[in-house]
Amino acid sequence: MNLNATLIGELIAFIVFVLFCMKFVWPPLSNAIEARQKKIADGLAATDRAEKDLALAQDKAKDQLKDAKAQAAEIIEQAKKREAKMLDEAVAKANAERENILAQAKAEVEAERNRLREDLRKQVAALAVAGAEKILQRSIDEAAHADILEKLVQEL
Amino acid sequence: MAAGEELTLSSHIQHHLTNAKMCTVDGSLAFNKACSEAGFWTWHIDTLAWSIGLGLLFLMLFRSAAKKASTGVPGKFQCFIEMIIEFVAANVKDTYHGKSKLIAPLALTIFVWVFLMNLMDLVPVDFLPAFAGWVGATFFGMDSHDVYMKIVPTTDINMTAALAIGVFLLMIGYSIRIKGVLGFVKELTLHPFSTKIVPLQIVLIPFNLLLELIALVAKPFSLALRLFGNLYAGEMIFILIGAIGLLQLPLHFVWAVFHILVIVLQAFVFMMLTIVYLSMASSDNH
Repeated sequence: MNLNATLIGELIAFIVFVLFCMKFVWPPLSNAIEARQKKIADGLAATDRAEKDLALAQDKAKDQLKDAKAQAAEIIEQAKKREAKMLDEAVAKANAERENILAQAKAEVEAERNRLREDLRKQVAALAVAGAEKILQRSIDEAAHADILEKLVQEL
Repeated sequence: MAAGEELTLSSHIQHHLTNAKMCTVDGSLAFNKACSEAGFWTWHIDTLAWSIGLGLLFLMLFRSAAKKASTGVPGKFQCFIEMIIEFVAANVKDTYHGKSKLIAPLALTIFVWVFLMNLMDLVPVDFLPAFAGWVGATFFGMDSHDVYMKIVPTTDINMTAALAIGVFLLMIGYSIRIKGVLGFVKELTLHPFSTKIVPLQIVLIPFNLLLELIALVAKPFSLALRLFGNLYAGEMIFILIGAIGLLQLPLHFVWAVFHILVIVLQAFVFMMLTIVYLSMASSDNH
């Protein structure tokens, strides 16, 4: 083995290289790697959290949608009921109106008929009186027998 | 003729396995063969240049990524660098249970640096030495056979030994810091043979010390020699394959593909063993 001064030179070089590596190479790289690892871990954790939040929000939205649907159905139900009620009321009102108008018309017709009958009776009475007058022109005093005639008219 | 061919082949291999040397002779710089008598104070300039160059490349790449590091979306280069960081950090976290700001950057430096140095093994063996020879002959008027260029620093025992010694010093430092000097001495002397009888324990101390010291010293030795041995052998086979002519192409391909595994594995093993040894050094329970 030819060991010689090269050994000393290499030993010094070795020591210098290791010291340089220890001061200027290893710490920045090692720190950067660790910091990046932490950053990535944080990022992944944030993603997990966001996913959970999203699932929660979706659940909430689903619930709200269900509630809204139920509410809408209820409102429609109520509206239908109210519609039916209003329809019934309108029909009842219309019926009542009809009855009313009918009754009024009947009453009017009745009144007209009564009036016509009265007129007719009066005319018949007048006719009867006129006839009787012609027949009994002389024997019967109109004024003296007016009460009888009146009675006759009543009986018609 | 046959003898001459053999000579050129062995000198070719020898040339590939020789580092470019630098030393001072009589107060002035001398190179290569002039340094054969220089002894310890010889510098392998190719090993030094390639290893420091690759180390600077490593630091530049990672520093540029570190400057741009942010918590935003990383680019492809950023991702690649961070993958390596995460890989090293995971291994350190699994193995080393104490708190230390040093272990992870140390492991990263060892892993990437050793990997880059091993990676030079995949550059075809003759390319850069031939280029260096051409440069030497053209611009410096040297004989190109006198220009040496070994481009894989981890095939130089000095390189792997330096890494292992660095780790060894850290092991001792951690042992003393965590357990104290007394604790470290106790660990070396009171295990593996321990007894409650004091005189007997005193007799056992030398054996314990011997065993523990061997175990302790074996760690840097195994670190240095494993990496060196694997890469040296791999380089040697590349050189041999490179010397056999046209048939080298498929063989070189197969060995290179296999070597991709070896270079990553050796870098990983060196890093893991460093972490394990330092973890053992800083844990109290023996």
